[in-house]
Amino acid sequence: MIDASLATLAAALAAKQVSSLELTQAFLARIAALNGTFNAFVTVATEQALAEARAADARIAAGESGPLLGVPIAHKDIFCTQGLPTTCGSKMLANFVSPYDAHVVTQLRRAGAVMLGKCNMDEFAMGSSNETSFFGPVRNPWRQAAVPGGSSGGSAAAVAARMVPAATGTDTGGSIRQPAAFSGISGLKPTYGVCSRYGMVAFASSLDQAGPMARSAEDLATLLGAMAGFDPRDSTSLERPTENYARHFGQSLSGLRIGLPREYFSEGVDPAVASAVREAVRWFESQGARTIEVTLPNTQLSVPCYYVLAPAEASSNLSRFDGVRYGHRARQYDDLAAMYANSRAEGFGAEVKRRILIGTYVLSQGYYDAYYLQAQKLRRLVANDFAQAFTQCDLILGPTAPSTAFDLGSKNGDPVQMYLNDIFTIAVNLAGLPGMSIPCGFDTRGLPIGLQIIGNYFAESQMLAAAHAYQQATDWHQRTPTEVAL
Amino acid sequence: MSDWEVVIGLETHAQLATQSKIFSGASTAFGAAPNTQASAVDIALPGVLPVLNAQAVALAIRFGLAIGATVAPRSVFARKNYFYPDLPKGYQISQYELPVVQHGTLKIVTDAGEKTVRILRAHLEEDAGKSLHEGLPEGLSQSVSGIDLNRAGTPLLEIVTEPDLRSSAEAVAYARALHGLVRWIGICDGNMQEGSFRCDANVSVRKFGAPLGTRCEIKNLNSFRFMERAIEFEVRRQIECIEDGGTVVQETRLYDPDRDETRAMRSKEDAHDYRYFPDPDLLPLAISAEEIEQVRRAMPELPQAKRTRFETQYQLSSYDASMLTSSLEHAEYFEACVQAAKGEAKLCANWQNGELAAALNRANLDIAQSPVPAAALGGLVCRLVDGTLSSKLAKEVFEAMWLGEHGGLADAIIEAKGLRQISDQGAIEAMVDEVLAANADNVAQFRAGKEKAFNALVGQVMKRTKGKANPAQVNDLLRQKLNASA
Repeated sequence: MIDASLATLAAALAAKQVSSLELTQAFLARIAALNGTFNAFVTVATEQALAEARAADARIAAGESGPLLGVPIAHKDIFCTQGLPTTCGSKMLANFVSPYDAHVVTQLRRAGAVMLGKCNMDEFAMGSSNETSFFGPVRNPWRQAAVPGGSSGGSAAAVAARMVPAATGTDTGGSIRQPAAFSGISGLKPTYGVCSRYGMVAFASSLDQAGPMARSAEDLATLLGAMAGFDPRDSTSLERPTENYARHFGQSLSGLRIGLPREYFSEGVDPAVASAVREAVRWFESQGARTIEVTLPNTQLSVPCYYVLAPAEASSNLSRFDGVRYGHRARQYDDLAAMYANSRAEGFGAEVKRRILIGTYVLSQGYYDAYYLQAQKLRRLVANDFAQAFTQCDLILGPTAPSTAFDLGSKNGDPVQMYLNDIFTIAVNLAGLPGMSIPCGFDTRGLPIGLQIIGNYFAESQMLAAAHAYQQATDWHQRTPTEVAL
Repeated sequence: MSDWEVVIGLETHAQLATQSKIFSGASTAFGAAPNTQASAVDIALPGVLPVLNAQAVALAIRFGLAIGATVAPRSVFARKNYFYPDLPKGYQISQYELPVVQHGTLKIVTDAGEKTVRILRAHLEEDAGKSLHEGLPEGLSQSVSGIDLNRAGTPLLEIVTEPDLRSSAEAVAYARALHGLVRWIGICDGNMQEGSFRCDANVSVRKFGAPLGTRCEIKNLNSFRFMERAIEFEVRRQIECIEDGGTVVQETRLYDPDRDETRAMRSKEDAHDYRYFPDPDLLPLAISAEEIEQVRRAMPELPQAKRTRFETQYQLSSYDASMLTSSLEHAEYFEACVQAAKGEAKLCANWQNGELAAALNRANLDIAQSPVPAAALGGLVCRLVDGTLSSKLAKEVFEAMWLGEHGGLADAIIEAKGLRQISDQGAIEAMVDEVLAANADNVAQFRAGKEKAFNALVGQVMKRTKGKANPAQVNDLLRQKLNASA
């Protein structure tokens, strides 16, 4: 059961072959055994999970059924959960217990999913390695010395190590897709506005989007179906009819037009990654898909553009963490200014401070036009690149990240090197498009490689169908991490 | 001093009369216990998001229409970033580059005549909370400050003039006119004690014809009287400063009503760099022509239009009409009075602008607080028209009405006090005969050409009737008899 898909688990629960309580206990035991090594969870909600499992069992006994009823999941610790700590990976919020649930949390709760706990993450989702967490780094289940990717590294590692069947993540510049690639799982960032941001601690509001992380495209479709939906509490949430994200499963790939961006197959890409991605592309061709070379000329500029806009929004979003109403407050201060300064100096880690400083700088008088406005223009160009490409193709394929998981500490000295890791994922957020990553192979060290699939706005079900077809023909996504036994 | 020109621009914060806050569902009612009207959004918990209150927008449109301004089809909310304990998000949501109302005008009248003041813009924004430095609960140490977030998120319309005002009298006339207008159109209760209507004045001086001088912004002008005195003090201060060879420093100054002076609060150098940028949590505010039309249709008749209508419909002088339209309450009182007086508009106007205005003025009351309601005054006017009362008796009845005697109703007072005018021709004639017979000297004097003697005879008749005889009839009869017997 530890290795089963959501569909299998739901069927077993409905058939009463297993109870939600038994499943929950099994995964809690797994977490207890493995979390000490991988540090994927910041909070394990044992008591609450058991209570939720019993409640789910009661609903099942009453004849209810549903794809997530009684199924254990976990949330990235960026989602507010009533009565549980919501730390966002930061000392600033280490003591914060939310009085309310995020919209996505409510949706999954209603669907009957059992929450096992809250997953570790880069502090305030700022990082690509999960090394910026106040609660320590997460280790990659494929290689303990390696990072799981970030910022949703805890969610990725937990799913990869079978500590939980599926988890939520958020993606501002690749934070679902890159850890999914590094950890050998599947992850989807929906079109901006598909999932409500209400109750999701904001990093960069115009880029943040919640999404599912699981072991297969099929599971992603199930989870996304529960997470998506209009929420009047989020003014950027989109009012759209509900979708069955698996509705295109089984459709032929024949005639599918696949765009291959020239810039995504450049020399900066690790040869093992490039070759695995090309191999995956060949499989799609073998199914009758046509490949077209497209160009996304502003790809290189998307990184600097992102590192102006995201910190700008973050510098403002994180202003509420001032030690006044909740969160960390310094013990020592002489006056108000010192209270702010000390509380924030102590509460935030280095990467968060770096981004607040960058963001404050680019919004400052005299720099706003040169940085912020310029970046906004660039953002439009990046979106135009995709709009142009999607006149020629249905889906874009490429690597999720230029390399496989790197070792802990190996990129800490150079933030720019770290930022370049997101070169293939960032543009998708800038454009607000949906993007996903699925496993497509391993490098020579046995580390997983991610294939990125980018779709046009609201093409999630089309992307998921393509990914599902690929996963029906391959078993990369079913491999078990080498560092954990089943 | 006469070669100095004073230049003033006013910024007014009018609290919009909505039930709930501008970005949350919490109530805006004044005076609740601290922090009982602060929702998760108002206290800026992690993950919460603003949702714009449509009613606040409708009120802003109403204001735009009332001042003949452009209602922007697209305006943008921006974040104004600064740290203060009563500003929970660390930024205020306001409008910066694209405000909702642009370029209107307001007419003012001073002793110097009528003048049109240009209003540059009016924008929507949220209010901050309040810091409490005294009156905190027992047991808290002296060094502690409290924060009340009930006011945080209250909708404000900030109304900014061009620097068109040339004296403290003009500034006050503008503030009064604006105050009257916002109350007239029902967008603000205008309560200055509760802070619903607050003005800041930008004051500078220059020699006539010279470019604009350096301005100082005066805050804390919470009454028209303080505004006048603060501006006068500030003008004197600036002129003295320049005449003594100094230069005016751009700064924010605070008016201290106790010492009747302005004091420097912060200089331009200490001014915040607010790092304005468009709020990514809110979509640009789009207002369609239909929405504007809808507001226009629901708009109350504006002062100028009502004044013109009063002149034509009720045949009133322009003086009467302008007095009766000095506020919506005055106009409403008048029309209710006319209705009760069966259309006797001129008499109603005379009484409202005469006896009633004088009595209200003596008692320092608003017309809305009048102890004599409009219907009651109309009832009094009816008795004047039908001859039940002479004007002299009517004044007596009015006084009793003012004091609330006999339910404050004219008829009841007339009845109880026997104040009915004697108009019975026979009864008056009998009394005239008696008086003529008993006052032969006066009759003789009158015949000798002394007109004064006639008045004495009238007085005698009135005395016998305790002032209740119809004076016109008494006059006529006396003259008739005196002339007849001559």
